Order: sequence, then structure tokens, then C-alpha cells
Amino acid sequence: MTPLIFLIFAGIAVFCGISLVAQTHPIASALSLIGVMGSLAVLYLQLGGEFIAAAQMIVYAGAIMVLFIFVIMLLNAGAEATSRTIPLFTRYMGMLLLAAFLGLISFIIRSMLPKTEGVEFGAFQGGTALAIGRKLFTEYLLPFEVTSVLILIAILGAIVLARREI
Amino acid sequence: MNFLQNFLILSLIKVAVIAFILLTTLAYLQWIERKVIGHIQLRVGPYRVGPHGLLQPLADVVKLITKEGVMPSHVNKFFYLLAPFIAVVLALISISVIPFGPEITVGPVKTWMQLTDLRIGILFVLAISSVGVYGVALGGWASNNKYSLLGGLRSSAQMISYELPLALAIAAPLLLANTLSFREMVNYQDGFWFGFIPRWNVFPEIVGFCIFVIAGFAETNRVPFDLPEAENELVAGFHTEYSSMSFAAFFMAEYANMVTVTAVATLLFLGGWQPPFPSPYSDFIPVAVFAFGGLIAVFHGLHPARRLDKFTLPAAGLVFLGIAALFGLSLFVPMLKTILMALFWFCGKVFILLFLFIWVRGTLPRFRYDQLMRFAWIVMFPLALLNLLVTGLVVALTSK
Repeated sequence: MTPLIFLIFAGIAVFCGISLVAQTHPIASALSLIGVMGSLAVLYLQLGGEFIAAAQMIVYAGAIMVLFIFVIMLLNAGAEATSRTIPLFTRYMGMLLLAAFLGLISFIIRSMLPKTEGVEFGAFQGGTALAIGRKLFTEYLLPFEVTSVLILIAILGAIVLARREI
Repeated sequence: MNFLQNFLILSLIKVAVIAFILLTTLAYLQWIERKVIGHIQLRVGPYRVGPHGLLQPLADVVKLITKEGVMPSHVNKFFYLLAPFIAVVLALISISVIPFGPEITVGPVKTWMQLTDLRIGILFVLAISSVGVYGVALGGWASNNKYSLLGGLRSSAQMISYELPLALAIAAPLLLANTLSFREMVNYQDGFWFGFIPRWNVFPEIVGFCIFVIAGFAETNRVPFDLPEAENELVAGFHTEYSSMSFAAFFMAEYANMVTVTAVATLLFLGGWQPPFPSPYSDFIPVAVFAFGGLIAVFHGLHPARRLDKFTLPAAGLVFLGIAALFGLSLFVPMLKTILMALFWFCGKVFILLFLFIWVRGTLPRFRYDQLMRFAWIVMFPLALLNLLVTGLVVALTSK
């Protein structure tokens, strides 16, 4: 059951990723990105990272992408004009290059990564909200607080920039 | 394997029951809304279809199905058709983690009155509701109509703004109960202070509860925050160009969101299915309520104000008395009692909150758009933060 769910959602993630690049309309691209995030959330969930999955949906799919879509709608950006034709030679050479590149990448990954057992779904228990909260407020307290200061700086910067406009 | 099959079959049965009840509730919620608004405005509301308009939802469904689905010209077809689908699917999903009652035993089967209990159930509802804005935003954009677009944009901005106080208001009871699961949340609220005040989160968290309900109005696009569909400015907002079943999908999504928000408020703040009085006293309340309602209906049937009331009101009264008898019977059957008591208190609290939603729609005017945004960011957000801060302090000081 679990490999099937993994294959389905991994497939959706890859499909949405390709669609994100291939689409000419910005809204369609943005929606594809949401599709990628949603299917990634399901994969996180399978790996036991339930808190990360929920945070992914709330923060990325639910807040950041809404703002993206908001801006695209406000700018009323239309479909990208694709009148350029790709020469036949470039097209075939590109395919060849892509195949070579993918082969190289998979070779490097196979040779460099140590041989390990396959991932056991549901074996990892450190992804609950409780475990993450514990880690965040004990072991990783300093990075956590520094990040919050970083976000504060970003907010202040946005306010300063916006005020100059007014 | 046997367990899996059992689990699958059990889940399918529960899905069927919950889907049937939820969809019927959504249809009749609209009837209740029209009736209540009607009575607030001294009208009778729907009356012609069936006794007291009781078949009106059915007539509406038939009307919406048989209507022609108009597709405006120059719309983005894919997104135009996708938007109502997204809206209604995301609105209906949340119900899967809402518990209606405790663990029950039906014959040999022990099960919870809930589809599934996630450890992150509350985060799940938040995630689904934060994605739910896409249906409205996309519908407004894909319609190729400036009023729709403005409605969609307003809705995205409004839902992002009100999600912050909503989430902060939810965080406070989470701190108290120290859990993200709805089931444990309700278990935490079991029992009574001094023997008579229920240990519901609404008493220590009254500020959080008010913020949650107000933000809930905004999240579901209800009056006084129904700016996305302000009819005097934007015709019908994001669903101006929708007709037939795609319009019905948006309509249904709005009501389903209302049910979700009220159910979550009940679970987080009002103790879920826990009764408001200690056990021996609270058991007689359902009987009393239904018997009283039945007697009133019978009385009015004997003194009819309209011609048909002679038949319809005694019939309704008999139904109510029958329910009262069922509750009375359940006092002697422990299995039935667990189910009925939990359902009565849970549904009762949800319906009181739903009535509040309808009541507010009948009485309050709409906010102006800048007032709405200012209210979210200058009043609600700091108040929710302060509430969370105080709750955190109290929990930190008293927990050791």
C-alpha cells in the first residue's frame, strides 16, 4: 500500500514540476507549484514528518503561494508569447545532452552515496509536533531565535521600503 | 488482512453515514437560514413547497441541476471549471477529522464516532482551510469579469489577514490542553470545576473564543465580512459568472465551511460532546427539550393559525415526542445512551453557534473594506497575540 501511495504522489510531484516549467501562463505555473508542494507534503507524511507536512501546507501552499497568485492577478499577467521556434538541430542535440546529463547525475548519486537499506515507511518517530518542539526549544534554540530576528529584519526592511514609496 | 478488511469496511460505512448526514445538514441549513432570516424580518420564509417549506431544499437542488450551465465567453475554461471543484472538495474534507462523540460499541464492533483521529488534527483543519481560498480566488480570476476578479482578490486578502488571529486564537487552548488531537482536546475538557462549572476552554479563554468566532465569520465570508460578494458593489462577487451546479458548489462550500468552523469552535472551546451539567442531571435535558418542543407543536396544532397547521404541526409534535421517547428509552440502554447523549450535546452546541451566524447575518450591516482590514491588523491581531502571551505565562507559571 505505502509504495503505491509513494509512487502516485512522487509521480504527481514530478508531473507538476515539469508542468511548472512548461506552462506559459503564470497562474498555471503557480498552481503547478502548489501541486508540487501538496504532493511533497504527502511524502513527508509518509516518512513520519507529520508536523513538517502540515507546516508545508499552511505556510507554503496556504500563505506564500496565495500571495504569489494575488500578485499575478493584480498585475493581470497574461500568457507568455511563445512564437520562437527551436531549430531541429538544437532540439535533437538538447535531448542527447539531457540524456547524458541525467545519466551522469544518476551515476554520481549511485557511486557516492553509501549503500543503505530502503526507507522504512512509518519507522521514523521524530516528526511529531512534540518531538520537533522539544528539539527546537532545547538543542536548536539559538538558530531558532536567530531566525526569528532575521524575519524581524525582513519585516522592518519591507516597511522602510514601502514607506519610501508613500 | 482480516483487520484491514474490517477497518476498510468500517471506514466506508462511517464515510457513508457522515457524508449523508453532512450533505443533508447543508441542504437544511439553508432552509433554516431562510426561515430564521425571514422571522427576523417578520416574514414567514419559504412556505409553499411542502409543509412549512420543508421540501424547499429538494426543490432548490432540482432547480440547480436542471438549470443551464452558462459558460461566459473568453474565460479560461480549465480554471473556470476547476475553481468550484476545489472550493467544495476542500470544504468537505475537514469533516474527516472532526469527532462527534466518544468511543462506542455497536454489537461486537468498538469504534470512535469520528472518521480518523490525526495527531495533528487541528493543524490539518488549519492547512485545509488555508488552501481553501484558492477556489474563491481562482473562480474570480477565471471568470474574465472585473467584478469577479475584485471579489476574488478581496477574498484572498481577507482570508490571509484573518487566518493569523484565527490561528493565534486556536493556539491558546492548545497550550492549555497540550495536544493537537481533537479527541484528546475534548478529553481534556472533561469534568467540572467546584462540581458544577464545566472545565471547558471557553471560560479561561473567553477572549480567544470571541476572536475565533469573529475570525471565523471572516474566514467563511459571512456577514458582516462578506466583502467578496458585496452585492451593491460587486454584483455577486467571485461567483457572478457561475450558474447551475458550479454555482451550487460554491454555495455548498460556504455552508460546509460554516459547519467546520462551528464544529471546531465547539471542540476547542465548548467541550465537544461533554454535557454542561454533571451526569445524572444532564441526562434528562434532551428528553425535556424534545418533549417540550413536541407539546408546543401539538398545542399550536390544536389551535391552528393557518388552515394546514391542523395536520402539519401535530405531525411534527409527534416526531418530537418520539425523539423524546427515544432519549427516555436510552436512559436504560447504556449502548444507545452513549451515542445519543454525545450526538445531542455536540449537535446542540454546533447548532447554537450556527444560529449565531444566521442571527448576525440578519442584524448586522457590512463593514467597509478598509475598516475590515484595519480591524484585522490593528484590533484582532494584537489582541490574539496578547491572549496567547498571557495564556503562555499562566501555563508556564502553574505547570510545575
